[in-house]
Amino acid sequence: MQIKSPQFKENARIALHNVELQEALGQFKHGFPVNRANAIKRLPEFEDLRDEARDLKNHIIQNLDIYLEQFEDNVVKNGGHVHWCSTAEDANKAILDICKQVDAKTITKGKSMVSEETGLNEYLEANGVRPVETDLGEYILQLRDDHPSHIIAPAIHLNVNDVSETFHEHHKRPKTGDPQALMKEAREVLRKEFVSADVGLTGANFLVAETGSTIIVTNEGNGDLTQTLPKTHIVITSIEKVVPTLEDMSLFLRLLARSATGQEFTVYNTLSTGPKRDTDQDGPENFHVVLVDNGRSEMVGTEFQDMLRCIRCSSCMNHCPVYGAVGGHSYGWVYPGPMGSVLTPKMIGIDKAAHLPNASTSCGKCEEVCPVRIPLPKMMRHWREKEFEKHLTPKTVRFGIAGWAFFAKRPALYRWLARSSAWFMSTVAGKKGRIKKLPLAGGWTDWRDMPAPQGKTFMDQWKAASSAKQQAEK
Amino acid sequence: MPNPTQNPKVGLFVTCLADMFRPSVAFATVKLLEAAGCKVEVPENQTCCGQPAYNSGDKATTADIARQTIEAFDGYEYIVGPSGSCIGMLHYYPDLFEENDPWKKRAEDLKSRAYEITQFLTDIVDFDRINAAFEGTITYHDSCSGLRQLGVKQQPRKLLSKVDNLTLNEMEEAETCCGFGGTFCVKYPDISNRMVSNKTQYISDSGATTLVGGDLGCLLNMAGKLKREGKQIQARHVVEILAGMTDTPAIGEAEYELANEL
Ligand code: SF4
Repeated sequence: MQIKSPQFKENARIALHNVELQEALGQFKHGFPVNRANAIKRLPEFEDLRDEARDLKNHIIQNLDIYLEQFEDNVVKNGGHVHWCSTAEDANKAILDICKQVDAKTITKGKSMVSEETGLNEYLEANGVRPVETDLGEYILQLRDDHPSHIIAPAIHLNVNDVSETFHEHHKRPKTGDPQALMKEAREVLRKEFVSADVGLTGANFLVAETGSTIIVTNEGNGDLTQTLPKTHIVITSIEKVVPTLEDMSLFLRLLARSATGQEFTVYNTLSTGPKRDTDQDGPENFHVVLVDNGRSEMVGTEFQDMLRCIRCSSCMNHCPVYGAVGGHSYGWVYPGPMGSVLTPKMIGIDKAAHLPNASTSCGKCEEVCPVRIPLPKMMRHWREKEFEKHLTPKTVRFGIAGWAFFAKRPALYRWLARSSAWFMSTVAGKKGRIKKLPLAGGWTDWRDMPAPQGKTFMDQWKAASSAKQQAEK
Repeated sequence: MPNPTQNPKVGLFVTCLADMFRPSVAFATVKLLEAAGCKVEVPENQTCCGQPAYNSGDKATTADIARQTIEAFDGYEYIVGPSGSCIGMLHYYPDLFEENDPWKKRAEDLKSRAYEITQFLTDIVDFDRINAAFEGTITYHDSCSGLRQLGVKQQPRKLLSKVDNLTLNEMEEAETCCGFGGTFCVKYPDISNRMVSNKTQYISDSGATTLVGGDLGCLLNMAGKLKREGKQIQARHVVEILAGMTDTPAIGEAEYELANEL
């Protein structure tokens, strides 16, 4: 996927002027967050579960190697294969190799953000394998040559008209604006793909070390058809998804569904434990797990370690006022919103993702709703610190901070600065109480008035009053 | 809860915006603290809490300012200020120093003494003898740091409920960020504008004639937008209302406008 994060500002500007996108975002704001709030009201122990999940995740990250090896052992015992891939390229190559082994021409795909991260579709296409997305949102995006703008509702930026146009163009059927009819149409087209695919590829929400199982949760059931019908099932996922036991997995499933969509439980929770056994009636003959690192293990032991707790529920972006204003594509790469603003700099480089951790008011809403209590604003600030250390912070900002700091470290000079600024602004405002246009402050006054200072600073007034009092006492 | 002495000695953390834009907010804070029996002083050597540096990733400068602030407020039983965001910044000071740095302990100590004004009045000195009246309907914006970092939510509402004749109409999304975010509003002005526009819509939908909040940054932002949109809604800091000091023009308004309105 082409990286557009350096153009964040421009992307955001376009998004803010896109009427249809703004409409979609407006509706979206009243969906997931409201459902989540209601779901939590029905589960009084939700806050305790969050603590438990945070602690468990911390334990897992500390012992990542142990649980991953246990997971691998059990996958192998069940007759499957594990491929360790330290980079995105390694993962793509491993998957292509498997496809070649089974002479695959077509692979059906359940939704997988890790495969977006590795750019798998483009890679497979370039190497003669045709990927077919089977999640409805992803399918629509694939037809449009588009990318997800949200990690669980990938086509949230589109409306029914867009889908109708796209289907009409690709399916060559009469146009319809009825969502039910569109869904039926997609189902009919995809059925054929499910049955004829050589390989089925899914992601995984969790990996269970004690059983060597992978699990995906979907609301469409497409994952089940993707993984049970073809002869080969490949799971592509990342290393931090491992959990020790099935019991632990259920803790995360309870948090995940509620935090994501406000459901008690996702509709389909599908576990895969190795290939088809002799006694099984159906299932894949080959089972592969492609475990992607792509920078994650480097985060262990750093100030970004907490980010590895993320269970990709999307709650942070669903509640983020910046995401709500500009949508997911503005962030310019795979992962949008607050979690993306922490992960993307790690994955594509802070130089390219420099805007993302800065484009936040640090309002803290994301941390408030994160089921595993990731201190997202703090992580974003750590990136700002890195930028500052590496001199990536824009010169104007550095210069501004240095100038301001010179005064802030000298109280007497600071008094003078406050006094002169207050005087200057009150003079500009005249008798009006506010300023419509202020030199060098266009960022403010292009959009809103600048309320004028009352006049003398508090410090000056306080000092004058105190000395008058002292005089009187004498 | 700490057990305050009878007449605790309080150092006022003025905050830059109150100092420069709205001294009446600092005076109102002093008035409330004195009404609650505190002995208030204003340490000379305070400047800014350091947020501009902290949020820009300049940890070294932030630490310099933190040391200066810690020293300025040495010896005060409490540090109280009219801003959740600046007091919240004081609460971040311990994170600036390494474990074995003696400044870390001093920062922890400062943190344990630093309170936002409504929180201090309600939770620490249990003061609610508010002697004020306000004619009109207000709506309250919960500023982010105060709300999420310090837990300021019920305190201002509890105090406002003691103000005669005042009606509080809660707006939708009172807890959603107004888009100020310090330097955010000038670095990403169009995103900030969208956020504050959403906010002013909710404010006017609430039917209130006055917007009240506990942080001048947010209030300047929202008042500036309300004015630009030509909305007839005033904006005031909560302490002005609690201290009964509403004879000064509202934020972004001037004396002569008051005269014209009369
Ligand atoms: S950071 Fe937290 S809220 Fe955001 S997707 Fe990850 S787990 Fe969910």
